[in-house]
Amino acid sequence: MQSVEKNFDVIVIGSGHNGLVNACYLQKAGLNVLVLEKNDWIGGAAVSRELHPGILYSNCSYVCSLFRPEIMRDLELPKHGLQIVAIEGGTVFTRDGDYLASFRNYHAKKRELERFSVKDSESYLRYSRDILKQCRFIQPLLMRTAPDPASFKFRDLSEMLYILRKVNDLTASELADTVRFWTMSISDFLDEYFENDVIKASLAVSGIIGTALGPMSPGTAYVLLHHYMGEVDGSIGAWGYARGGMGAISKALTSSFRAMGGTLLNNSEVEKVDIRGARVKGVILKNGDEYLAKNVVSNADVKRTFLKLTDPEHLPPNFIKKVNNFKIRGSSGKVNIALDSMPNFPVISENNPCLKGDIHFTDSIERMERAYDDWKMGTWSRDPFLDMMIPTLTDPTMAPPGKHFMSCFVQYCPPKVGGQNWTKENKDAFGETVIQQIADYSPGFKDKILHMEVRTPKELEEEVGLTEGNIFQGELTFDQLLFNRPIPGYAQYRSPIKGLYMCGSSTHPGGGVMGAPGRNAAVEILKDLNLPDTDIRDAYEVL
Amino acid sequence: MTQLKDKKDRGTTFSKPLFRSPFYDFFAAQETEGHWYDWNGYKSPTILSDEELEYFSIRSTSSVFDITPLNKYRIVGSQAEEFLNKLTVRNVAKQNVATVKYTLWCDQEGFVIDDGTLFRISDNDFRLCSQEKHLPWLIDTSHGFDVEIIDESKHVCGISLQGPTSASILRLLGINGIDNLKPFHLFQTKISNIPIMISRTGFTGDLGYEIFMKNNVANKFIERVWNAGTNHGLTAIGYNALNMARIEAGFIVANIDFISSDHAIRPNRCRRPDDLGLGWLVDLNKGFFNGKKAILNSKLEDSEAFKIYALEIDGKEPAEGSVIYYNKKDEVGTVTSAIWSPMAKKSIALAQLKLGSSNSKMENLWVEIYSLKELQYHKLMKKVSIVKPPFINLARRSACPPSNC
Repeated sequence: MQSVEKNFDVIVIGSGHNGLVNACYLQKAGLNVLVLEKNDWIGGAAVSRELHPGILYSNCSYVCSLFRPEIMRDLELPKHGLQIVAIEGGTVFTRDGDYLASFRNYHAKKRELERFSVKDSESYLRYSRDILKQCRFIQPLLMRTAPDPASFKFRDLSEMLYILRKVNDLTASELADTVRFWTMSISDFLDEYFENDVIKASLAVSGIIGTALGPMSPGTAYVLLHHYMGEVDGSIGAWGYARGGMGAISKALTSSFRAMGGTLLNNSEVEKVDIRGARVKGVILKNGDEYLAKNVVSNADVKRTFLKLTDPEHLPPNFIKKVNNFKIRGSSGKVNIALDSMPNFPVISENNPCLKGDIHFTDSIERMERAYDDWKMGTWSRDPFLDMMIPTLTDPTMAPPGKHFMSCFVQYCPPKVGGQNWTKENKDAFGETVIQQIADYSPGFKDKILHMEVRTPKELEEEVGLTEGNIFQGELTFDQLLFNRPIPGYAQYRSPIKGLYMCGSSTHPGGGVMGAPGRNAAVEILKDLNLPDTDIRDAYEVL
Repeated sequence: MTQLKDKKDRGTTFSKPLFRSPFYDFFAAQETEGHWYDWNGYKSPTILSDEELEYFSIRSTSSVFDITPLNKYRIVGSQAEEFLNKLTVRNVAKQNVATVKYTLWCDQEGFVIDDGTLFRISDNDFRLCSQEKHLPWLIDTSHGFDVEIIDESKHVCGISLQGPTSASILRLLGINGIDNLKPFHLFQTKISNIPIMISRTGFTGDLGYEIFMKNNVANKFIERVWNAGTNHGLTAIGYNALNMARIEAGFIVANIDFISSDHAIRPNRCRRPDDLGLGWLVDLNKGFFNGKKAILNSKLEDSEAFKIYALEIDGKEPAEGSVIYYNKKDEVGTVTSAIWSPMAKKSIALAQLKLGSSNSKMENLWVEIYSLKELQYHKLMKKVSIVKPPFINLARRSACPPSNC
């Protein structure tokens, strides 16, 4: 057993990437920080786990784009082993035996679009331009604490002014576009540019991932924008693989944290935040151990933090009600597969890099919407939408040569089936639905499976701690963004309890492996402690 | 309006992302240096053998340049003229059959999307050539018109034959109409049974012709032209040589000298026709056209916009990418294209400058040129004079009939 001191300046609950980012910044600022992780592995939903001998699984999050480069630099993550490799391509298989590939190379991508619609291939330019305009508007807001619009503090007023100035910089038509973007469905938005269903389906994906909404639901256009706000080495909107799986991000953060003298304990599940006299004293673990700190930061989602880890007697009823009603609906599952050899997709020619990226089998928006209908009816989609990746085609460190790891993000998958808890039969049937969809396009696929892990929202909640298995710790709809995330009046990482903070994706700017919530929370905590935040870099300018 | 899926193309889009023009093999065979670039998705030469010599073939003998990568839209139908009047800023009703007009088109805010050339082949049959792609905009604008828009870009190819001996080469090929073909006029004919459309146009400010044909006759055609040019100094050229000639002629290029509103991401990068010095193209007396209202309104505002100017610069250093200052200290703009002009024997440039509505600043403009000599920058501050383009004016460009040399 490790012997550790019991007194810390700050305790961070959970070693998700935001918890680690937060812990790193606070440790770097000179505080003595303890991170407590319930599992015997680190990383929350950014993990690489050897679930089959020799094969590493990115068994939760599976690609990286949003992680802020400022944070990587501040925390010296490259020095601690982090490497992000850009993804080369992607593809959608169509039911008529063709496929629409996409590539990093602009012309290759364009020529693929041309195969389906020349007009759409040209519209793609205007579409990209308009998305980029919106990203330029929103991206600078990611690394800033959202202002409280009801506050008259100088800081809040000046932040509101900052946003208003940005709004003022928009032309009338851009402002109209912005408002539409925040409220429209991705389906309606794409209709403004494109005519071809396969092209629309391939682009709509980013509008529904992780969201309990269908492509025809209002608000999904923003979700798409959220997915475009990242970059890989300056290539805006590009996605990459973390070499060594997503756990490589957590590993680098942990290494950076420990190098600065921070303490991280595994197998330490927090039972309660210890609150006495309306202020935080520390935390009590499931095993009865107690650690003391005047500041506790929860990386858990807002529901878990305030409905499970905090006694309600310390919280105002209105606050509890708002937390209860925060939308954090489970909508997706994952099937992680170890493969004996590379699956064969006969329609794709050899060496086509499109298999190195996201692989989809849903060739129309209509099919996506019908998949969502199943979810609304309380069951998993019979014809689900898969976002499938084979990172081992790019990353040699995750599996022995010739063997592969395949990650299938599956939507939609409800937190309960018909109102009942998931049973083993249901879970198996869900897994079989996914496997069958792949096998329809890849003969002999089933024979290549060495091992398979099926994760419904139930497993995601139990193992990772995400309420309902919601990957964003709360949906990214306009009512739950900016100064309303997670709830109005508490959007600045603080809680009703002195010394208790939030730093997870439930807070502004939301989910994805971005690190911004953890970083922004650190800024606020240092402010409360009257410590300088000089080691926290401002966001790079959006020129 | 959109073509069927090309299954043949499947599986090669990633390995050969750039198209090859039907003339690719011909130009590749002329290549000794091998500098290629991406022009509108085509693998195109920047230099084939020697940039300077290629340039001088334009001015002294003749040059052949592949213009296939241009976008070519065929616009056919009983309301083709009305449609084009809505799309473009010029009055198409005033354009005679068998002529070519330089024109431009704007978005609803009056910002220039692109410029190009409009060929009136017959009353109801036009070809619009442009640098950028515009099919969605053309289709959107065509709503309600009896007009068909055909993207011929991949089916029709073309070459530009430019230089003092170009007319003689065409005479040798037996094209009788050459002597009577005036600048900005066109006709259709045949060379050894190869149907071609030939116009007295070009991007060089010199005597020259552009010739369009179907892809399948390209090889036969270029072979004939090449043979005919043997004794007339015909040289295959890449873009760099053409670019020198077009700067001397004072022609602007979308997304080099101004940002097309289709591409502009930052506010205030878009430009109206007046800003490009092309306000004279706009016919405000015709009926509705895209951007008309915004252009009218903008005329009432105090213009604070950047405008394009032609500049002559003291000294011999080319000023590409340099910053222009008023009174040697206030930044007023940037050079977008610049060369040392071998014809004018001057350092010349096109630049976007914000000088305000009064002309008071024009007399006191300077350019800061960073001249790199053996790893050290020599910072030069050179006097700038605003001039009226073109930088060179060649009588042979418009002589009719063209000289026989």
